[in-house]
Amino acid sequence: MISTSRFFSLLFLAIFSWAPLAQAAADLEINTPAITSLKQSMQQRYGDLAGFYASGAVGLTNDGLVAVRDPAAAPLAQRQTMNSLVAAENQDRQAMYREIARANNHPEWEAEVRSTFAQRWIGKAAAGWWYQNAGGAWIKK
Amino acid sequence: MSSQWFNSEGNMKKTTLAAALLGSVMAGCVTINIYFPAAAAEKAADKIIDEIWQLKQGTKPQADQPQGEKK
Repeated sequence: MISTSRFFSLLFLAIFSWAPLAQAAADLEINTPAITSLKQSMQQRYGDLAGFYASGAVGLTNDGLVAVRDPAAAPLAQRQTMNSLVAAENQDRQAMYREIARANNHPEWEAEVRSTFAQRWIGKAAAGWWYQNAGGAWIKK
Repeated sequence: MSSQWFNSEGNMKKTTLAAALLGSVMAGCVTINIYFPAAAAEKAADKIIDEIWQLKQGTKPQADQPQGEKK
């Protein structure tokens, strides 16, 4: 009898030592150096992209990226810049989704991280910006 | 003293039972982590997007829309 209760006290010890792990699972790890630097890079680029979002030249895709929606909405002289900004932004976004999945020890979560971001980018977009619905059609918010 | 609890036959069964219980508890912890934590991911996404688009404290005009009609 004593031995059983001893075992159960061990059992409780085991459970409590696991508690911090369960706690950690409640939040995703997003504070790695890689994620932070991607974030900063995108934050800087946003200053240049904001105008293109607002004019509708660039829109938010339904897969968590950005795309040139209407080149004519941007002045001819800026189109080359716009294209490279979009390409760079997409590289950062893809790297970020991959990094978040990896930082949480589940590389296979990348697609789900990406689709979560896709919804949240669109949800947080300002009025007047363009985004793609699930069917791929462009809609003005 | 430290290991007398699994010396007798009767206690062996209890030990096995308790070990099985412990195993299932641990398996439970692991299982939670295998499924994609959608709510946590949404929270993380919101935090990151707020920083990238600088949406907190209204630094950008008309950025914080109450989620509109169209989805």
